[in-house]
Order: sequence, then C-alpha cells, then structure tokens
Amino acid sequence: MSLPAFAADMSLSARAHRVATVAAEFADRVDHDGRFPREAVDAMKAERLIGIQIPAAFGGEGASITEIAEVCSILGQACAASAMVFAMHQIKVSSLVEHGGDSEWHRDFMRELAGRQLLVASATTEGGIGGNMRNSICAIEVDGDVCRLTKDATVISYGAHADAIMVTSRSNDKAAPTDQVMTVFKQGQYTLQKTVDWDTLGMRGTCSDGFLFRGEAPSVQIFPKPFAEIAAQSMLATSHLLWSAVWYGIAADAVLRAQAFVRAAARKAGGTQPPGALRLAEASNLLQLLKAGILSGLRIYADAKADHDQLSSMAFSIAMNNVKLASSETILTIINQAMIICGIMGYKNGTPYSLGRHLRDAHSAQLMISNDRILGNTSTMLLVQKPDTSLLG
Amino acid sequence: MNETIRELLTRVGGLPVAVTELEDGADLYAAGLSSFASVQLMLGLEEAFDIEFPDSLLNRKSFASIAAIEQTVSHILKAREAA
Repeated sequence: MSLPAFAADMSLSARAHRVATVAAEFADRVDHDGRFPREAVDAMKAERLIGIQIPAAFGGEGASITEIAEVCSILGQACAASAMVFAMHQIKVSSLVEHGGDSEWHRDFMRELAGRQLLVASATTEGGIGGNMRNSICAIEVDGDVCRLTKDATVISYGAHADAIMVTSRSNDKAAPTDQVMTVFKQGQYTLQKTVDWDTLGMRGTCSDGFLFRGEAPSVQIFPKPFAEIAAQSMLATSHLLWSAVWYGIAADAVLRAQAFVRAAARKAGGTQPPGALRLAEASNLLQLLKAGILSGLRIYADAKADHDQLSSMAFSIAMNNVKLASSETILTIINQAMIICGIMGYKNGTPYSLGRHLRDAHSAQLMISNDRILGNTSTMLLVQKPDTSLLG
Repeated sequence: MNETIRELLTRVGGLPVAVTELEDGADLYAAGLSSFASVQLMLGLEEAFDIEFPDSLLNRKSFASIAAIEQTVSHILKAREAA
C-alpha cells in the first residue's frame, strides 16, 4: 500500500521549508515591529522541529548538530530572527541532551520537551559581569529540596515567550564567580520583570529584553555537572556552528537576490553582461568559502564528540572560534557585495531585491560574543597551543 | 614539583583563595582559575620544567587540580627520559 499522493513530505528538510515559508511571510513585519516571530515558532512546533534533537528514546528524533544546522540555514534564508530563536533553543537543548542524561529529572524534562514542544530560553548574561558568561555574580540558594535564584539578567532572548529558561549562577553563595551551575526553570516556576528593552539595529524579532529573573524550583532541576563543563563541551561548539548556519542562510539569500537582479538585467540587455555580474561571481566564491568553513567545523565537532578529551582541548576551541570569526565577518562582505550589485533596489525596502534587513541582521554576528573577546581568547591559547599544520588533520 | 606548582599558582593563578589552603585534589577551576590564568600557569610550567605540553594534553583535565598537573608534568618528563 502506498501513501496517498497528498501526504505531506515529512523529511526534516521538507518540514523546515514549510516553516520557512511561514517565517518568510512575516519576516518584514517581525523586523519592522520588533516583535516575536510567533507564527514561525508556532509552525516549528506544528512541524515538531522543537524537539528533534532529543534522543528517540525520550520521544525526539535524535537529530545531529549537522542536521539541525541545515534547518537553521533553511530558516535563516527566510527570517533571520526566527532562525536565531530556533538556533538558540537548540543550543540549550544540546546542553540537556549532552549533560542531562544522568539525572532522572532531566530525562523526564527531555520527554516533556519533545512531547509538548517546549521552547527553551537562556539566561547566562548578567549585569556586572562584563559580558563574560563564564562568570556569575548571583548564587543559587539550595534549601533542602528547593532552590531559589534571583538574577539581574540583562539579556534573555525571547524570555517572555519561552516555556522554560536555563539560568546560570554561582553554585552557592560562597563559591568563586567561575564556580557555576545551570538550572532549568519551567514556566510557572519563575517571574520576569522587564528591565531593558530590545530595540536594535537588526535581529529585532529575537526580543532579547533584559529581565529581573526570580525563580523557585525543586533543586533536582540543577544540572548535575558544573556549568564550566557544559559550556566547554556543548555550548561553545553548538553556538558557533548553529549561529554560523543561520548567518550562512542570511548570506545565501542575499546572493540569491543579487543573482536574480543580475539575471533580470541581463535579460533586458539582450544577453549583455551587466556590470554587477563580476561581483556576483565574487560573492558566490565567498559564499562557498563560508559554507566550506562551517561544514569543516561540523565535521570537527562530530569527530570530537566521540572523544571527550578532544572536546575540551585547546585545538578544538580554537577551531570553533575560527569558524565563528570567519562566518561572522564573511557574511558582511557578501551581503555588502550583494547590495552593491542590486544598487538602489537593494537599498530600498519592499523590493524583491531589498537587502536592508539582511545587512542589519548580519551586523549582530560579530557582536554575539564579541569577536574581539574571541580573538583575545584564541590569542591566549596560541601562547601554548601548537597548531596541526597538516591539510587533513 | 608540588612546591614549584604551588609557587606558580600563587604567582599567576589569581585565585581568590590562598593556594596553601588548597588540597592537591581540589578542582582549580571551581576555586576560580580563569582560562587566561591557566594559560599563564602552563607557560610558567613549561619554563620551570623546561618542557613543552603536547597538544593532546592541552585540555581542562590535565590542569584541573594540583595533582593532575603533577601527573601531566611527570608524564612528559618520563616520556622524555624514555626517549
């Protein structure tokens, strides 16, 4: 028996494309109003993309970071804010999948997340830490079976729209700033009092407002591993790789628009190459470099996952840092070239060749963990690390 | 060796606690060792013992405690003697 012809294609890519269609429809409004991409996120839930990373044993699909990166890039071509919400959520889920398996509560939460398609936000930034999420000022208070936490979280992306938030803090009130834990708080276990408004150049739909977070939950919801380990072994790599996949999506769509512009111009000119054609070739070259860098990063991560020592090695951190630096800078060059190709039609809003939103969204890339901070970390590591100069290594 | 490591930790570790109060097995990262300080510590160790850490040992585990550092350094010194 064959399925009826009208049955929907349930491959990951087909589901992602259906969500992208919804995201694209609302992208300009989300950007203009600086509002949460509700329609796109509802579509992600309807297509059950929210829980894909959860292992099949807990009701998910066990999707790999490579598969998730592909979804990020598909969404990124439609609406960067929706794609970034999806990416940030999956980064939190990777912490749960990689580090929550030993704890009964976290296993149950994985089942619930997959079953109810719960959107998870992150509260790692805090007023006074100078942007370094590996430091906390606030401390979790464990009182018997209950834990309480108050945090001046200057950024919680889509905090007001999430179904749960993972919050970092010092492990107790006597702990050093770097002695951190992460705790899952589910909606109903916390209150958010808005302190900072997210009114930005781009990525306006991530609604990364600041909040005073106050939470109380059973203390079993604290991750059983130190946050330092979680950050090094799952967050660093997944952040840089999934963000890069979103950024690739933005750049790829910009190149597509530039190509459409050049083609239309060539048709009008009866086959004569318009001047922008040369730049298009350059942009396509850079896009391929960008893609190759991300794919190589995804492969390095897949290899390192099999060996935990490698995951916490300097060589691995440097490789992931380099992926982030390269992709965040390259997309700006690519989109700028696309803008020059499309000229005033790219500069204007509301044309098929508009690139303003792309360019503004892309400018967030070098600031999401400042590239200067990352360069500083890499240069520190290069004081002792000896690079592998082989081509295949 | 333990003493040299402790001296270096005092000098470059920038820990909020006194190094003398740390047990050999205590987690240095939990005690407040930053990634920058850990690199300074590695450089200091390379200088003090005239060694170079191979890439395979440049991970959190190798420098997680005074005992782990002793083990890492001894491992390199022994490998050199054997060579």
